[in-house]
Amino acid sequence: MAYQIVEKKEIAPSVHMMKIQAPDVAKAAKAGQFIILRIDETSERVPLTIADFDAVEGTITIIFQEMGKTTKQLAKMSPSDALQDFVGPLGTPADVRELGTVILVGGGVGIAPVYPQVRAYREAGNKVISVIGARNESLLILEDEMEEASDELHVATDDGSKGHHGFVTDVVKGILDSGEKVARVVVIGPPILMKVAAGMLEPYGVETLVSLNPIMVDGTGMCGGCRVSIGGETKFACVDGPEFDAHKVDFNLLMSRLALYRDEESKCLDAHNHKCTCRGEN
Amino acid sequence: MVDRQAMPLQDPEVRAKNFNEVALGYTDEMALAEASRCLECKNPKCVEGCPVNIDIPGFISCIKEEDFDGAIDTIKLTNMLPAVCGRVCPQEVQCELHCILAKKGEPVAIGRLERFCADYERKKGVTPPTRSESTGKTVAVIGAGPAGLTAAADLAKAGHSVTIFESLHDTGGVLTYGIPEFRLPKAIVKEEVEYIKQLGVDVKVDYVIGKIKTLDELRTEFDAVFLGTGAGLPKFMGIEGENLNGVYSANEFLTRVNLMKAYQFPDYGTPIKRGKKVVVVGGGNVAMDAARSALRLGADEVSVVYRRGEEELPARKEEVENAKEEGIVFRLLTNPTKILEGENMSVNGVECIRMELGEPDESGRRSPVAVEGSEHVVDADIVIIAIGTSPNPMIFSGSEGLETNKRGTIVVDDSGKTSIDNVYSGGDAVTGAATVISAMGAGKVAAQAINEYLSN
Repeated sequence: MAYQIVEKKEIAPSVHMMKIQAPDVAKAAKAGQFIILRIDETSERVPLTIADFDAVEGTITIIFQEMGKTTKQLAKMSPSDALQDFVGPLGTPADVRELGTVILVGGGVGIAPVYPQVRAYREAGNKVISVIGARNESLLILEDEMEEASDELHVATDDGSKGHHGFVTDVVKGILDSGEKVARVVVIGPPILMKVAAGMLEPYGVETLVSLNPIMVDGTGMCGGCRVSIGGETKFACVDGPEFDAHKVDFNLLMSRLALYRDEESKCLDAHNHKCTCRGEN
Repeated sequence: MVDRQAMPLQDPEVRAKNFNEVALGYTDEMALAEASRCLECKNPKCVEGCPVNIDIPGFISCIKEEDFDGAIDTIKLTNMLPAVCGRVCPQEVQCELHCILAKKGEPVAIGRLERFCADYERKKGVTPPTRSESTGKTVAVIGAGPAGLTAAADLAKAGHSVTIFESLHDTGGVLTYGIPEFRLPKAIVKEEVEYIKQLGVDVKVDYVIGKIKTLDELRTEFDAVFLGTGAGLPKFMGIEGENLNGVYSANEFLTRVNLMKAYQFPDYGTPIKRGKKVVVVGGGNVAMDAARSALRLGADEVSVVYRRGEEELPARKEEVENAKEEGIVFRLLTNPTKILEGENMSVNGVECIRMELGEPDESGRRSPVAVEGSEHVVDADIVIIAIGTSPNPMIFSGSEGLETNKRGTIVVDDSGKTSIDNVYSGGDAVTGAATVISAMGAGKVAAQAINEYLSN
């Protein structure tokens, strides 16, 4: 069975949104869960957090950044194409409850998985303050959607081209320092951002959750490649997570494990680019 | 009587560098010679030793008459996966253990003859099975591994409409993700699954029960459910350094190599770390598979670290011999105590301790005791933990009333029935990690019970 791509666009330089027909997955999906896709027979299995889902339409939306060979190949696909495999929803759904005021933070492509959580927290009756950031304005994604879904939206860019000149963590700190009573902060983005945010938030004693994205193969607890250390205990992010208490995560381990295949990835990308040139593609 | 015919093998030096099948199979002449050794006992003990009760003297007598079609037909009456079983069954502790010839000499090579018949049929082109008349009943089978495939085949033959739900993108379960190409070529698994599909079985891959749908939902949608979810959760030792880069569970290592074909990287997109010095912890078939795969990926030295002695190795003797021939080093009566950290949180050796055997434990095996002060470091850049697996609990979310025991395995009665009325189970999900053929046997038993349940 193939999974038809029904919509695709580049929403920021090298960042793509793709809507895929997967009715069974869409019906069961909840905020915070992820899917694993495989383009074709030789492709690796790529885990991506669900950016949006529509049970009526039967579609799942994913947002990804071109990084290695597979995401570059994915970026070249269009609505006439189909993916060979698309499995999900995987992982434990985000722990969305009525808590009061919640700050949801998305950095870079991490804004994508934050978006369904914003909707879910809002539906659960929370006041949702969203803080999104990117390196510059052109890399900022889902601004309109986030604006509409949130009670309040703050924007930060590293270069100051939009919103606060600086990091999302500065903005979150500002909100907390202003005396706003915040029950929980959820941060999703590059591991370094989540690490810095966890460190910054620790003295405030506010509950902080992050969504981790380690390397995984099956996504069902079978390989253990995605093991992370949470409060000194080994957990499998694919089944025990991907959401964890930020203050308990060993981010250094996470980052080192994410870099495991760096050499192989560049070799694979070289081979891919070489092949493309040889065949005169693109 | 002629001697037991040896299995022709690829040369050890050559095969240690490729992923092609090690055992090459009997020629017609060898099969005829081997078949001639069977005494066709009136009361054949070998059949009792077979978890799926193949009519062994029956198929061997067909071989004697050069009626290879008759031979494979006889096997297929009770076994839908003969090319797989002929390769990976531990015949030495099953059918061949009970062979009357084994009392004084070497038993008939029943497994090799089974493989011969299956390969004969594959070369010739498999005759598609005829479909049975529909009973109008529906059965959901969870997991496309040995237990699920066998149950599905038997249920389809009985005329029920069967749907298999598989969480991975490919069928076969452990036959596909676990057992390496050089022991069980994936093309063979695919063909056997194709045969089962031709019986009318519908296979849905990429379908995770417990996530897309729960067991509670399935058992109302279908007349009966069979859980063949296996034992896919890897165990770790709980020692320091186990999360370092370069430490793999055997499940991950083998899944990357077998299911994802990482040995063909970058033609296939999934990478794997190719170590220079690889340490595999454990002494079972999975440990042998991991060690021999690591060697084929180009390691300079691969050693198996096992806490008991040679006698206690749980792996098949044949696989241990094959591994040794290929140059795998066995560090027996040795146990890892710590994985040492090098640059960038990567593996830089394994600290081990020597063991000696003490009193037998509850499993009857002598339990190993550490020899104080015998710590030493084994050089390693990759460590593979192959100390076993346990059932995956994912199926249990949304399975009201399904009884499990403290090891996480599903509780069933003799017929494979669980604590829920129309839900049956068998294979590793019930027993914990065991063999392909015992899972198939359990799939058969449960299929029969389901069939009876549906006829009432």
